[in-house]
Amino acid sequence: MNFFFEVLVGGLLAGVMYSLVAIGFVLIYKASGVFNFAQGAMVLFAALTFVSLLERGVPFWLCFLMTLAVMIVLALGIERWVLAPLANRSPITLFMATLGLSYVIEGLAQLLWGAQVHGLELGIKDEPFIIGGIFLSQFDLFAAGIALSLVIILSIFFNKTQIGLSLRAVADDTLAALAVGIRLPKVWVIVWSVAGFVGLVAGLLWGARVGVQFSLSLIVLKALPVLIIGGFTSIEGAIVGGLIVGASEKLAEVYLGSVIGGGIENWFPYVLALGFLLIRPAGLFGEQAIERV
Amino acid sequence: MSTPILELTHIEVLYNQVILAVKDISLTVYPQQIVALLGANGAGKSTTLKAISNLVRAERGEVTKGQISYKSQLITHTDPAKLVRQGLVQVLEGRHCFGHLTVEENLKTGALPLKLTKAQLDAQLARIYTYFPRLKTRRFTQAGYTSGGEQQMVAIGRALMAQPQMILLDEPSMGLAPQIVEEIFEIIQQLRLQEGTSFLLAEQNAAIALHYADYAYVLETGKVNVHGKAEQLSQNPELQASYLGAAFSVAA
Ligand SMILES: Nc1ncnc2c1ncn2[C@@H]1O[C@H](COP(=O)(O)OP(=O)(O)OP(=O)(O)O)[C@@H](O)[C@H]1O
Ligand SMILES: [Mg+2]
Repeated sequence: MNFFFEVLVGGLLAGVMYSLVAIGFVLIYKASGVFNFAQGAMVLFAALTFVSLLERGVPFWLCFLMTLAVMIVLALGIERWVLAPLANRSPITLFMATLGLSYVIEGLAQLLWGAQVHGLELGIKDEPFIIGGIFLSQFDLFAAGIALSLVIILSIFFNKTQIGLSLRAVADDTLAALAVGIRLPKVWVIVWSVAGFVGLVAGLLWGARVGVQFSLSLIVLKALPVLIIGGFTSIEGAIVGGLIVGASEKLAEVYLGSVIGGGIENWFPYVLALGFLLIRPAGLFGEQAIERV
Repeated sequence: MSTPILELTHIEVLYNQVILAVKDISLTVYPQQIVALLGANGAGKSTTLKAISNLVRAERGEVTKGQISYKSQLITHTDPAKLVRQGLVQVLEGRHCFGHLTVEENLKTGALPLKLTKAQLDAQLARIYTYFPRLKTRRFTQAGYTSGGEQQMVAIGRALMAQPQMILLDEPSMGLAPQIVEEIFEIIQQLRLQEGTSFLLAEQNAAIALHYADYAYVLETGKVNVHGKAEQLSQNPELQASYLGAAFSVAA
């Protein structure tokens, strides 16, 4: 039984990492109706920028701020050259644009920082320790703590500030937001910047775990089932979806792996997501069905 | 008469570059007036209002001919956010409250472009609650869960938060019980008298609109068909039969 809990808790904690990526999606989807395929590339770009600065001897906190500034510049550029020209276009057009965008961002990352793999040390030992007879990874707990703080910060930002109010207004009713005089371009820049910030945090945690490399942008594919399960419009959904995917894939690997063969982890979330699509297309916390792409 | 606060001259509006929703509309609103835009479904009332507030652009529409001036300045292609700061605000047809935001948060969004201090914001909220005491009791309820009448009050209250001089009001009576409609029109009347706000209001309910309005324009397929003083139009027998229909028989 202890072993079961160990797998479960380990899976849940790993799922937090998926949630982090999914939250970036949800923010952008809610505020601009864009399914942002480039979120993975943004995670990669942020992590790569950070680690490259760090390797050049820039102090940790300054790397963080500088990368954040870079992500804001990126958001400004995206608004200017992608979102503004394509305003009022169909969701599929915007999705295609973000698909292209992900390649542009990856290309930019390679141009700036090269293509080699970087190690990233956050100073957290990945030694397991024991609580109540269960082995837990220190790093996973740390990641969960960071994710929790991030969610609290976001919730304060959304609920207690004027900018947060305008973001929520736009997410609720874009036309009404325009009618009260909210500037959409400004809101888009802010929301893409916040998504860049979330991407940076996700990138650091993922980078510390698997190394900062180009395959990092592929975690976008892991976030997809998380979003289908949790719903595209809810941060709570992104968190719960991440936890479900994390826990179920680990349990499946351990308990079904011996029966069907290994590697279940890679496809199990998709099967699960497919099941959700059939039973609950809007996801657990979703508000409405979205254009499936 | 004084100079108009709002003037439209030969406006034409196209949606998607092909759909001609408004063909030729000219109209004038003087300060402190209530002017009604009447007409059947699809006559172009909403499009005219959205052309003024420049919200047509968000629906792939465009003013292709004519000029719109507000306080003697051309505003034909001005950003809606800028118009709000200049005191020109639209209340959309169908209310369009932010359903997940509380009533009070909805009101606060109306003042976002003004960047008020906390004290100024509280003063504005207090002002809205004196016009709509009912909203005060519902202030912490999500707007999506309030009644249709309350949502219309939220929509108007939200527009008032920007301290406008001119309100474009689209079908305030839509789907509401007669006594609520009257309550809302009484408040419009009060705003005009106490704050000097001007109104351009689109209505299907011609009876009530003509009762409160000073002047009215009757639209038909994107053009002004008849216009005149409200009391004259409400006497016009031809109009009663052809445009204003059954709504007129219930007129007070
Ligand atoms: N977003 C849009 N795209 C294309 N055509 C539109 C759009 N909005 C309105 N139209 C068309 O423009 C014409 C005028 O519509 P409008 O909504 O202005 O009429 P209305 O007088 O407000 O009608 P109602 O009383 O039903 O609100 C109609 O033929 C309508 O089909
Ligand atoms: Mg209309």
